[in-house]
Parts: sequence; C-alpha cells; structure tokens
Amino acid sequence: MSVVERQEWDVVVVGAGGAGLRAAIEARERGARTAVICKSLFGKAHTVMAEGGIAAAMANANPHDNWQVHFRDTLRGGKFLNQWRMAELHAQEAPDRVWELETWGALFDRTKDGRISQRNFGGHEYPRLAHVGDRTGLELIRTLQQKIVALQQEDFKETGDYESRLKVFQECTVTRVLKDGGKVSGVFAYERESGRFFVLEAPAVVIATGGIGKSFKVTSNSWEYTGDGHALALLAGAPLLNMEFVQFHPTGMVWPPSVKGILVTESVRGDGGVLRNSDGNRFMFDYIPDVFKEKYAETEDEADRWYEDPDNNRRPPELLPRDEVARAINSEVKEGRGSPHGGVFLDVSTRMPAEVIKRRLPSMYHQFKELADVDITAEAMEVGPTCHYVMGGIAVDSDTAAARGVPGLYAAGEVAGGMHGSNRLGGNSLSDLLVFGRRAGLHAAEYATGAADRPRVDDVQVDAAAAEALRPFSAEAEAQEPAGGPPENPYTLHQELQQTMNDLVGIIRRDAEMKQALEKLAELRVRARRAGVEGHRQFNPGWHLALDLRNMLLVSECVARAALERTESRGGHTREDHPTMDRRWRRINLLCQLTDPTGGLAATDPVRGQIALTRETTEPIRPDLLALFDKEELVKYLAEEELYE
Amino acid sequence: MSSYEARFKVWRGDADGGGLEDFKVEVNDGEVVLDIIHRLQATQAPDLAVRWNCKAGKCGSCSAEINGRPRLLCMTRMSVFDREETITVTPLRAFPVVRDLVTDVGFNYTKAREVPAFVPPAGLGPGEYRMMQEDVDRSQEFRKCIECFLCQDTCHVVRDHEENKQAFAGPRFLMRVAELDMHPLDAAADTGLDRKRTAQDEHGLGYCNITKCCTEVCPEGIKITDNALIPLKERAVDRKYDPLVWLGDKIRRRS
Repeated sequence: MSVVERQEWDVVVVGAGGAGLRAAIEARERGARTAVICKSLFGKAHTVMAEGGIAAAMANANPHDNWQVHFRDTLRGGKFLNQWRMAELHAQEAPDRVWELETWGALFDRTKDGRISQRNFGGHEYPRLAHVGDRTGLELIRTLQQKIVALQQEDFKETGDYESRLKVFQECTVTRVLKDGGKVSGVFAYERESGRFFVLEAPAVVIATGGIGKSFKVTSNSWEYTGDGHALALLAGAPLLNMEFVQFHPTGMVWPPSVKGILVTESVRGDGGVLRNSDGNRFMFDYIPDVFKEKYAETEDEADRWYEDPDNNRRPPELLPRDEVARAINSEVKEGRGSPHGGVFLDVSTRMPAEVIKRRLPSMYHQFKELADVDITAEAMEVGPTCHYVMGGIAVDSDTAAARGVPGLYAAGEVAGGMHGSNRLGGNSLSDLLVFGRRAGLHAAEYATGAADRPRVDDVQVDAAAAEALRPFSAEAEAQEPAGGPPENPYTLHQELQQTMNDLVGIIRRDAEMKQALEKLAELRVRARRAGVEGHRQFNPGWHLALDLRNMLLVSECVARAALERTESRGGHTREDHPTMDRRWRRINLLCQLTDPTGGLAATDPVRGQIALTRETTEPIRPDLLALFDKEELVKYLAEEELYE
Repeated sequence: MSSYEARFKVWRGDADGGGLEDFKVEVNDGEVVLDIIHRLQATQAPDLAVRWNCKAGKCGSCSAEINGRPRLLCMTRMSVFDREETITVTPLRAFPVVRDLVTDVGFNYTKAREVPAFVPPAGLGPGEYRMMQEDVDRSQEFRKCIECFLCQDTCHVVRDHEENKQAFAGPRFLMRVAELDMHPLDAAADTGLDRKRTAQDEHGLGYCNITKCCTEVCPEGIKITDNALIPLKERAVDRKYDPLVWLGDKIRRRS
C-alpha cells in the first residue's frame, strides 16, 4: 500500500509559529536542509495573537534591569517549579534574540533616545517588554517569515531554487513521528488541501506546535491548538512534564458569546488599566498573597504613583502574576460582584486620554469597537478568565531542547515543558520561543548533519499511519458491526470534550470532578473511534477535526490525571480541596507517558486509561542561582531539606 | 435581541466549477459571519471548506467576499445586515478556487519572494540600532498588515486581468517595497539596489492608478494608497526625471 511520496531532509520542523520559524532559521543557517510543516498558511500561526511584548532584560527603560532580576521574576512567577537551567538561559539570552530581530528588519516602538522601548507587565520588576503597540506577535512572526524569505532568496541566487535548502509545507498536518528503532526517522503528514499523504524522512524533528487550548470551551487559542505536538511526542515514546499547569489568562472578552475567550492584552493593565467589581471597588488589593506582600502597593494612591515613580512606590496589584489575578476575578464573580455578563470591569477610559488609548492599545480599541460595540476610551470593558497557555509540555533537556528518551526529537516554545514552572509571566513566551527555538534548531542541525548514516523509514509504520488517518471515512461501515454503536459527529464530540475540560478540569479543580472528567474522557475515547466523516479528502474540515480528536483526548487525559495527582495549589493549578501551596511538592515533577506504546485508542478503562503518571524529584537549584534571593523569600517556597542542603 | 433564522447563499464547488447553495441557519446575538459558517459545518455541511485561524481579525486567514465585497468573515458582524436580507458568501474572486470558500493564494507568496529583503547596515551590530519613533511610524503603519490579501483581491489591475499578474506585485507588496524604502536603516542603496526604481521597473507600480480600492477594503485601516503607493510613485518619478540624479548615475557608472 506504500505509494506515499517521500522526500529527504535533514531537519523537519513541525509548526511555523515563532519557535518553529526561529528553529528553522537556525537549522538552515547551520547548514541543515530544513523543512517546515504547518497547518495554516505561512505567517498565520497563533504567535500573531501575542499582543503585549517580548520580555528581555535590555535595561533600556530602567538601568537596574539585568538577567538576574529577570530570572528571579520568572521563578517567582512559576512558584519555583521552573526548570531553573531553562529560566537561566532564557533570561541571559533573551536580549540578544530581540536585538537580532532588528537586524532582520523588525521595527519595535522606540524610547526617546532611539532604543527599543520597554513596557511594564505583570510579575516583571522593571519595564521589560519590547513591543510594537499591542501587535508584537504579528511583528515577530512577520520578521521571522521575512527572514526565511531572505534566506530563500540567498538560496535562489546560489542554486536557482528558492526551496533548495529551506522549504515551508503550508496547510499540512503531521499525524505521526516515524522511528527507526529508538531513533527519529521522519514524519508522516497529509496536505489539508488535497488530502494527499506524504513522508518527510529526516534524522531530526523539531516539534513546535504550540498549545492545547482547543480542549477547553472558553479559550483565547485558535483552532490549531489541539495539542498535536504533545500527542506526537507521547506517541513517539517521549514523556510530558507537569501537564496539570494550564494558564487561564485573567482577561478574556466575555461578551458577546461568539467572541467569549478572545484575549484582552495584559498591556491594558501594564499601561494603567484597573480592575473593578460591580461595587466599583479595585478588588485586587484584597487578593495580594503573602509571598508577594512586600512587592505590591497597599493603597490606590501608592499604586497610582508607581506609574510615574517606580523607584519609590510599589506596583499596583493588578500587575500580580496571571494566576493570582484570574483566581481573584473568579472569586469576585462567584460572590456576586461580577459585571452583567459574568466578568468584571477593566477600565482604561478614566485613566488615560482617548488619544493615548488609541495609540498604545490600537488593537484593543479596534477589537472592542468591532466585535462588542464598546468604545474603550469611553467605557469599561467586561473581562473574565480564558484558557490561554499550557505550562506543561514535552520534557526536554534544558540546554539542547532534546526530548527525553527519543534521539532526534526536539521541542521548543509552548509545546515544551519546564521553562515556566507552574505559571508563565506575560512576555516570557515570545522570549522563550526565540531562545529555545534557536537552541532546538541549532542542536537538531548538529545532530542531523553529524549522524553517521540516515535512519530508515519503516514501510509498516507508514502503512499504519495511513490506515489510521483514513479511519474516519470507514467509521460508518464499522459502526454497523455488532460491537459498534452509531457513528459519531466529530463536532459534537469536540464540543463535549471542551465542556468537560472547562467544567471539570478548569480554573478551580476538585477531586470528584476530575475523576468524573476521566470517566467522561474514557467514554469520548470510545465514541471517537466511531467519529465518521462525509465527503472526500480535499480540504475536509470534518475529517481534520476527527483526526485532531485523538490528540485532544490524549492531552486532556494528561491534564486531568496530573491535576488529580497534585494535591496542592500552585500557579496554574488550583485545588479547592487543597487550597494552599505545599513546599513538599516544589521538587516534584509529574511525568505522563503512554501506557500502551502501540498507541491504539482502545484503552477505555477510566482508571487505567492511556496515560501512566510517574513522580520525579527535580535536581536542586544551583547555589549561585539560589543566592540571588533573600533567605526570607526562599523559606516561603523551598522545603526544609532544600534550605539546609 | 434574540436568535433568528437567516438565509444564506454559499458558493460550493472546486476548480471544475460549482454554484451558490441555499441555507437557512440560526443566528444569535453578537455573532459574526464566520460563526454562521461554522454553524453550517457543525450542523448541515460538515465538509464545507473555509480557511480561518484566530477569529479575532489578527491573522488574515478568513478572507472571502460577502455580498460581493471583500471582507474578513471573522470581523463582519451579522448585525450589519438586515434580518430579511439573503447573505451571499463567495470565495475571493482574484484567486483560483481550491474548494468552496478556500482559494489558492500562492500568487501572494510568489510576489513576496520577489521583493528583496531588508538589508542590514554594515558596521551596526545587534543592539546598536538607534531609530527615532517619528522615523519608524510610517513603516510601522505598513507592518500592521495582516496579509489577508483583500487588497490584492480587490485591486482592479488583477481582479479581472489575469494577464497582469506576471508584472504586478499588487498593493500589499508595493507597500512592502515602500515600507523597506522608508525604513530608516535599510542599506539597500549601499548594495546598489534602488527600491524606488525596482518598484517601477520590476513590481509594476505604474499599473496602479490610485483608485484607492485597496485602502477601502483594508481591515487594518492602513492608508495604502495615500501613505505607501502615492509617495512611492512620487519618489520613483523624482529619481527618474531628476537631472542631478541622472548625472550622478552617469558619473558613478563610469567610475
């Protein structure tokens, strides 16, 4: 049956967002022939949605900033669960990654003396985010896209072919990472436009597919975020790390219903916006947790003075890390002090002149005007939490971005785990994907070009992957068999999955609900085997969704199982039945692996499921990094034995 | 406000042909046309092909024509239409149909490759770039472009003139030339590349007769004609007919 077209490349990058493109640029510049595969058109990746900025301690706005301060902020934000070596590399290398973008043509907003302007953001001690109004992600993706075109122009001059060394396969989906023994040998993919299957043979594969938000009902994520890379890695035998940590961004739109979840940038608060409940109170002052008491203002006066004089005043509590703000909004709404459509009020209209709002927050002005008939220069916005980012992801080596246990597999960006610990600071994702995208591309290229001989692609795996991908077309016929049930509509299954995760494994979690979620996921798994589609393989969205369901179900089970296991509240994981942070959990990472590496969907037992969890104790934080913190602060996070080691 | 049933005509078919198909579909408060297309997929036409991504007007994927006008499906609210009105959704006319509402926009990616990239200035390392805000404002306006290609679709130079596609980059990529030309640190000139001249000679700037259709459909409100194309035309003309430039060119070429 193997008549599937094959091509040979050195490095295949799955995903063309910031991390994927940065990895591809690096791999190509290191001499590897590099292919990029993405589900959307080139330049449309979810990175364009990033609004606020890129966090990098360039010290343009405040001379006191440096990588050590950025590292400290990142660890505080992640509640010390971060893979500290990643956080260190990230803080050290982020400025170089931003400056490099300027040499590729990026145009950031400027300071008065002509350098890159930096803005305030939640959890960052100094103004640190390089930005372009509130469309920084677009600038980032366009710059990387144009750099790729620049490299292709060089290749054209030399070889007469734009795509001789760097090619983008757009609107294609990867469904399997292929292996030769234990090592990566390539990927199996299909063209969304034609439904045609193809195989890219390569010794190194970089996964850069982003997140998992489409498993939740209310989310800021686009349709692409179906956890593909997480699932590809699991199916290839690599573990996922700390999947219980899911960031609910505090401010998503809540009305009208069709736009519920769309992001309202944190820059609104960074630039002076405040949160109020229905009584008109700035409620965030009531929600400053003990670990952050010394860093945040206690009165509105002090908070307001901070924007002008940050050296002598403490920051407003609206700029607490996202997990804190999201929980606070959740509580206000629950206690009946919410806005008419079930959110709270976010107001800039009384804080800044209309002209300034339009200049600094043009997309937000546009978004509310167009989609909700709200003029944010004249009235408050209604906002509430929305599923935004997964901190958990593929377990990687901090320096090389290599996935654990599968030689040739690399991961960078949101799909990789560890960097952000239990909660990511705003602005740290764009810097993360540049820093680790580059590292993944570098090491993948070295591995691929240094390999003695190329791994072989196994025909049996290719045939199995093709059969798996075609299954939804025959689901209806199989449903007639005695053991089967009626055929299922993939859209209905997806909606039920989103509702389940939203309601039962959402922002506030309870033991019984998560158990219920696991049972529901088991039921959906069985029904997903009967997800059938009509029509043909040419640009068929029903078919695409039926295939994506496998990934969403795998990833959702990881989230639910890890969340049930971790009996504490930390960052993006809040347990009503275990409401406080427990220092004993600080050193514990939870790893998810596939129970049945053959990867069938057959496991329907909710207790056993498809995912096995293991606990792992992390390496101690290096002493010179610990020395960056005061002892009194460390006591709040670290277990006794860690403090005295 | 409440739900109601709307009448839609959606073009269905592929490269071999097709036609408008009638649908009756529920519409709720605050919805946009893309919501309705999605509802059709989920309830009546599971294989209806549509390209989309962010659903927030930021990625420029869901371009189509609504009642004949190029628009983003995700930013067109149902409330702008009369409830009695039949809403017609068709694929972008200037590009070949793949299936249903999805067109082959490869033309744009080909044109993007023909515009020479930003040339970094020699002697300035990363971190050493200094530019004033007022000097980057103009290029920043053009970099707001989300590449929805509505301007490319609506531009009459190519909309009904397939034969012009070879010689004409379209508003989006002429604007890209203008963006690079106005970039305060672009060093193209030092490498012998005259962006103004190439706009005229290689990207077909002369075809544009400033009817501003591109500006009218731009969802980002970029003043493509006034701020990019007209200034580019003026500068190209200046270069072409300025006797001093002409003399300078002669002398430089000799040495």
